Amino acid sequence: MAGSNLTSSGTRPWRDPRVRAVAFQVVALAAVFWFGYTLFENTLTNMADRGISTGFGFWDEQAGFGIIMSLIPYKETMTYGRTFWVGLLNTVLVSGLGIVIATIIGFIIGVARLSSNWLVAKLAAAYIEIFRNIPLLLQIFFWYFAVLGNVPPPRQSLSAAGAFFLNNRGLYVPAPVTDEGFGYVVAALVVAIVATVVIYRWAKRRQNRTGQPFHTFWTGLGLIVGLPLITYFVAGEPLHWEVPELRGFNFAGGMVMIPEFASLLLALSIYTAAFIAEIVRSGILSVSHGQTEAAAALGLRPGLTLRLVVIPQAMRVIIPPLTSQYLNLTKNSSLATAIGYPDLVAVFMGTTLNQTGQAVEIVAITMAVYLTISLSISLLMNIYNRAVALKER
Amino acid sequence: MPHVPKASLPAPVANLGAVAWLRKNLFSTWYNSLLTLVVGYLLVTNLLPLLQWAFFNASFTGATPDDCTGGGACWVFLQQRLGFFIYGFYPEAARWRIDIGFVLLALVLVPQFIDRFPGRKWLGLFGLTGFPIIAYFLLAGGAFGLEPVPSTKWGGLTLTLTLAYVGIIAALPIGTVLALGRRSEMPIIRGICVVFIEIWRAVPLITVLFMASVMLPLFLPEGVNFEKLLRALIGIILFESAYMAEVVRGGLQAIPKGQYEAGDALGLNYWKKTSLIILPQALKMVIPGIVNTLIALFKDTTLVLIIGLFDILGTVQSTIVDPEWQRVDAEGYLFVAFCFWVFCFGMSRYSQALERKLHTGHENT
Repeated sequence: MAGSNLTSSGTRPWRDPRVRAVAFQVVALAAVFWFGYTLFENTLTNMADRGISTGFGFWDEQAGFGIIMSLIPYKETMTYGRTFWVGLLNTVLVSGLGIVIATIIGFIIGVARLSSNWLVAKLAAAYIEIFRNIPLLLQIFFWYFAVLGNVPPPRQSLSAAGAFFLNNRGLYVPAPVTDEGFGYVVAALVVAIVATVVIYRWAKRRQNRTGQPFHTFWTGLGLIVGLPLITYFVAGEPLHWEVPELRGFNFAGGMVMIPEFASLLLALSIYTAAFIAEIVRSGILSVSHGQTEAAAALGLRPGLTLRLVVIPQAMRVIIPPLTSQYLNLTKNSSLATAIGYPDLVAVFMGTTLNQTGQAVEIVAITMAVYLTISLSISLLMNIYNRAVALKER
Repeated sequence: MPHVPKASLPAPVANLGAVAWLRKNLFSTWYNSLLTLVVGYLLVTNLLPLLQWAFFNASFTGATPDDCTGGGACWVFLQQRLGFFIYGFYPEAARWRIDIGFVLLALVLVPQFIDRFPGRKWLGLFGLTGFPIIAYFLLAGGAFGLEPVPSTKWGGLTLTLTLAYVGIIAALPIGTVLALGRRSEMPIIRGICVVFIEIWRAVPLITVLFMASVMLPLFLPEGVNFEKLLRALIGIILFESAYMAEVVRGGLQAIPKGQYEAGDALGLNYWKKTSLIILPQALKMVIPGIVNTLIALFKDTTLVLIIGLFDILGTVQSTIVDPEWQRVDAEGYLFVAFCFWVFCFGMSRYSQALERKLHTGHENT
């Protein structure tokens, strides 16, 4: 009686969950396509109305604007495509350096937070709580306008050792200039690194087989420092320094770190370091005390306990959030546009977009760049996670 | 022989009192002592000039830049421009409307931190539904005899709070739907949600704001035009709902499978099961995560100054370049930093306390 309605043959199609799922998805897909199509149509009409051209033809047109900092040769007569690469490289530079500095500060503060010294621990805690609770943009402004904006002009530069100069145009440092024969030094460095890796592998195999340890660290250090150094002197010191000099109203020669770059780098590193410190702390705390005790019971010395037992386990907890902080730093480097550091967003999505008016293409390219960076890092992350995951047997 | 107890020993001096505390926490070993001395020296030499600047040599009262004579901080500047920092360009005669909004906001929010406040849940519900509508009419006017004020005049702290509040209460439901979609068994729905979430999470907020301010007008049919504030809000909501979705997904994944199966066994359909059994538990579990998202959003609202809106940082930034006041940038930035810090630090403490309170062993069920 009542049961006959419940059999699948008797179920009306709109009451069948499978049929409903298919119908629902078809409707959703249609809605998305309709939405996308409407946007596309509207955009085409709007752009036609405003006389904006479409397509990527602008890529090869002449840019005609200057950029204050570039890692690759750039002139105003070059193309918009070139401005993209200039911006991208500047983004990569500031993010890469920021990641290194933030990691160093973050690890120091994170360990200091766990220090048995009350004063040090409290100071580290204060650092974390102050810097992570203040907006990054405000910190960038603070360094740029309130700190670096107050340094003297070039003629009254603050100088150190007659080779380092700080003024409101930036920090001038001596630049290394390579002479003929420097290639040998680089080659020696590569050889040393390869040799260290080979020795490390051999030493590990030997220790696994015979139990005899080998001083890989000191051997490697000696090789990597010593070999290039010997080559350097044998090749006749093929490197000299170009010291910046005051000429007219500004310095010439040497390397310059513009204030935009310095303040962005400082703010990014200090801000992200506060988050990294918390990650490091929680990672170290996550290794249970039993592990340390077990290592001690096995007769491991404290240094070895830290290196072989605590750190590998802490890293498993630290690495995933650490990567997401690296990603955040890279994304946050786009705040450069607020103080005029020529990163990808400031140059390409700012000036280039304003000059060409091709918002859709340029915003899409910029977003695609960040999307590529994010997705490739998450992919690497997943591979790493699989490699270090607890192997439950 | 009678048993005579000996008098108790005095407390060991070396383990008690201030000296022992110092010895244990600051001077336990020679390198700890060295560290304490070096760090203490650096702290004192840096902190003293700062205090001198901020308090002892600072000027607190007055009306013009000439009253700042102490050589320290010029707090007079803040006092003179406070109205601008809070209300932006809002007409002075109508500022009482914003004040009412602030009072209502406090009425809604403060009880949420007090556990046994009567009617706390209803106030919270009002905060999510009625309050935004009332606040909108208070701010924008144009009804109930209130003078209309265009959104271009909103600014300062008012704008910051508006962006954060609207951002969070719009992102919460959208994020929840996206999270449910990502956990759905329907592949196409899941795909759409995954793509949406991952795209917004992968790009910086600035590009989203740029997109909202530059591209959105191109997307809209002719004749339809959004104000700049609304465009910024759309960008923020899209961006935040993706983050919110990931937070809620964390909660959904933490619900034991038995809860889903129990819902099925009771014969509930998907929506009833989700809204009556799964979501109440999942959302409660992720409140700390939601608060953390709110903190991040609150800090991120400063980015709107890049697309030309005057939030609290924007108003301060535009006044410190005023030639009438000289070199007041440090004071201005400190003021904004303090405003943000109080809010963010308070919220993060609240979220940590909640985390401890909610940690009631869900993982065992």
